[in-house]
Amino acid sequence: MAGLTGRMSTVVKAKVSKLLDRAEDPAETLDYSYQKQVEQLQNVKKGIADVVTAKKRLQMQEKSLQQSVVKLDTQARQALSAGNEELARTALERKNVAQTELQGLDTQVTELEAQQQKLTDSEQKLRAKIEAFRTKKEVIKAQYSAAEAQVRISEAATGVGEQMADVGLAMQRAVDKTENMKARADAVSELEAAGTFDDITALGGGEDDIDRQLKQLSSQPAVDDDLEKMKAELGKGAGGEAPQIARGGGAGEGAQPSESGQA
Amino acid sequence: MIVRISGEDQYRIADEQKDRLNELDNAVVAAVEADDEAGFQSSFAALLDFVRSNGERVGDDELSGSDLILPPPDLSLAEAEHEFNGEGLIPD
Repeated sequence: MAGLTGRMSTVVKAKVSKLLDRAEDPAETLDYSYQKQVEQLQNVKKGIADVVTAKKRLQMQEKSLQQSVVKLDTQARQALSAGNEELARTALERKNVAQTELQGLDTQVTELEAQQQKLTDSEQKLRAKIEAFRTKKEVIKAQYSAAEAQVRISEAATGVGEQMADVGLAMQRAVDKTENMKARADAVSELEAAGTFDDITALGGGEDDIDRQLKQLSSQPAVDDDLEKMKAELGKGAGGEAPQIARGGGAGEGAQPSESGQA
Repeated sequence: MIVRISGEDQYRIADEQKDRLNELDNAVVAAVEADDEAGFQSSFAALLDFVRSNGERVGDDELSGSDLILPPPDLSLAEAEHEFNGEGLIPD
């Protein structure tokens, strides 16, 4: 069979036979193979721990982004009350980016949870196979002549070796996914660090590079909408200045109070 | 014969099913070669379903090698293409 299955089978079989070629003596093969299996089981445990760590990191980042959303919303409100609409818009752009990132993080956490579950299942299966192998190897050592033993060992070791190769593949996939997410998480951290202002007055009228980047990342219609809502809300609440007419027009109709902090 | 779905389980399947399995596998290959995302998703799912529904799961404590090994169910089209480019799914 030459298709997708054929290629997979060839690759895995080559790996298993490499494992089996190591020793001439049956008893030695058995012990060596068993030792490798136990090592692999340790690797899987470490792999699971790595996925859990990556997940926790993303969850912490989620938390801090949620705080940023609340903070930026407050800052936009303050800027607007002070009559600085441009600054309010910038804060809302940043809030919009943070909200989008939050959604992305949510998906990633879910995906890592799935990876964790897969690895845990793999670990259990491998453990069962190793246990079966351990029992079998003692039987083989005790009961069979060298020639017979070779055949039985080959069978048993192929079975468990394949499971090891399979777990290895599952781990590799989990690692790849985790690394991708780490890289992304780092990028988000940087943006986020630059994203909230410690002091809104520290930001002048001029846009810096980060602002320009954020503007590209954020959804302008959503930002317009937020801004209009906020204006309407402030106008109503303070009973003072009337809200200015929206640039695009119509976006802020309805004047519903915006719910700050809602991600 | 024994068929493994990578990352999942081994299944024992009657030898007579081999032709059907081959057909399903060829459909996946055709979709990958055509860079057809929808075709790949549906043909690969059909191949996996066939194995799951026609096979009997091999016990976790049974030590047998597989005659065939299928890639993991969450394989993407890009990964499948990569597979055919000579760099296998499993790193050396």
